[in-house]
Amino acid sequence: MAQAHEAGGHAQAFRSHNRTDNWWIGPLLTFLGLSAFGVYATWAAFQGAHYFHGSYLSPFYSPVIFVEETAAGSPPLHHAWLGAWPGWWPGFLPHSPAFFILVFPGFFRFTCYYYRKAYYRSVPPHTPPGCAVTSMPQKKYMGESRLLLFQNLHRYALYFALIFIVILSYDAFKSFFRDGQLGVGVGSIVLLINATLLAGYTLGCHSFRHLIGGRLNCFSCSSGHELRHKLWSKATILNRKHMLWAWVSLFWVGFADLYIRMVSMGILKDFNTWTN
Amino acid sequence: MAERKFRVWRSDAENKDAGSFVDYTIDVDSGMVVLDAIHRIQAHQANDLAVRWNCKAGKCGSCSMEINGRPKLACMNRLNEYDPAETITVQPLKSFPIIKDLVTDVSWNFEQNQKIAPFKPKLPEADGQYRMKQADTDRVQEFRKCIECYLCQNVCHVLRDHQQKDNFVGPRFMIRLASLEMHPLDRADRIPQIRKEFGSGMCNITKCCTEVCPEHINITDNGIIPLKERVVDRYYDPVMWMWNKITGGDKQG
Ligand code: SF4
Ligand code: SF4
Ligand code: FES
Ligand code: FES
Repeated sequence: MAQAHEAGGHAQAFRSHNRTDNWWIGPLLTFLGLSAFGVYATWAAFQGAHYFHGSYLSPFYSPVIFVEETAAGSPPLHHAWLGAWPGWWPGFLPHSPAFFILVFPGFFRFTCYYYRKAYYRSVPPHTPPGCAVTSMPQKKYMGESRLLLFQNLHRYALYFALIFIVILSYDAFKSFFRDGQLGVGVGSIVLLINATLLAGYTLGCHSFRHLIGGRLNCFSCSSGHELRHKLWSKATILNRKHMLWAWVSLFWVGFADLYIRMVSMGILKDFNTWTN
Repeated sequence: MAERKFRVWRSDAENKDAGSFVDYTIDVDSGMVVLDAIHRIQAHQANDLAVRWNCKAGKCGSCSMEINGRPKLACMNRLNEYDPAETITVQPLKSFPIIKDLVTDVSWNFEQNQKIAPFKPKLPEADGQYRMKQADTDRVQEFRKCIECYLCQNVCHVLRDHQQKDNFVGPRFMIRLASLEMHPLDRADRIPQIRKEFGSGMCNITKCCTEVCPEHINITDNGIIPLKERVVDRYYDPVMWMWNKITGGDKQG
């Protein structure tokens, strides 16, 4: 009946625990979800084609800095901020405008407080694999105070993310006009939802919530602070569901790219009020 | 009346770090919590079983232990949360030294508390009064709900698995620090200490503290992350640093 154990019956080995619930499902789903998105986004970025159709521009490729006009499903030259594809581009990389874009949201999400929690738990060295589930032993655990110190740059990524909300909202707006004609298509709805979800995710960001008002100690000390308290309260509402916004917006931005890609490739037909 | 099986950690009389799980089967009534079951075992089968408790209402924070591997208040954990056939495992907290059986020595926590610079109020208004609005105290009030059960300190992997008690005060004291730092009337500056000796960078915001808190305090989102952001303001953000130099900062008292 009774047998010897480590103090208190707590084993010290990696992943040891006495939990009887399915605590590992969450981290596993997180790992699968993040991996699936990573694989798809990388693949889509390397295509360099089929990211534009009619008035739709894939969010992975927006804004278009340079354009390779010869690629199928790419926008006309005047869409690109800096014109035609540059000659200095290394030959081994495809001419894909996504390379200029994805680093920004990539770094934003990578340093996001929610995603940090998600991958610290679900990716080795699993700090921790689950609550009250033993972490992988480390010589000297330093948390985010040394190697991971760069996580403190999250707010810079936020500044870019705020600019991207403007750009992607503009893309969504423009997607309702094709050849100067106002209309609506499934693609424009997809892009509108995309901009909305990304805004919900970005405006619920912990750094945003801090900068907009959280850093104040007295909310009532001036009318300026009262206004910032109101904004902080709104950001707090979004922040409470930040994890949900993170996942839904991640899924949707991938789906938006996929949708436009399929339409551009002719695999899917876009229902719309225009003729193409 | 129904029978239920328990597996309870019993420490050795001579060596507190050694011991074993002992199985007990007792009759339980509907509505019982784990603490009731422990008391019944104590009354009928193991008179020398040590357990700390006080209020039986989830308000004193004494009965913290690990039940089926999860840190919980034994007085708030009802037996009907578990399958009737399941054996319920009851252990002392992992992160603190065992005194006997289910009782641990949590005095390390009191030592951390003493390191924190206390509330230092600014000067009162001309009429000798202090005034605060509700909006200014909401954040602080959330942290004041803490019952010092130390379940969060126990589950935090920085203390629990990485033995960093010298470098991190733990979530309970991060929220105490947050409640002081966010206080509209407080004038003390604890940010340098929060970064260095209290170890805000040791927390990797994995939120187990928040998951176990019986008072449902949003320890990570409302306490630790805002403190981390204040540390960023001071140490890792040159733009903010310049802004504060020029404007004198908007961290008014
Ligand atoms: S969020 Fe931070 S303080 Fe809370 S348990 Fe995790 S590492 Fe510890
Ligand atoms: S913060 Fe919550 S879990 Fe931590 S000691 Fe206070 S009441 Fe307990
Ligand atoms: S905390 Fe998630 S985006 Fe900033
Ligand atoms: S006995 Fe007081 S909290 Fe459980």
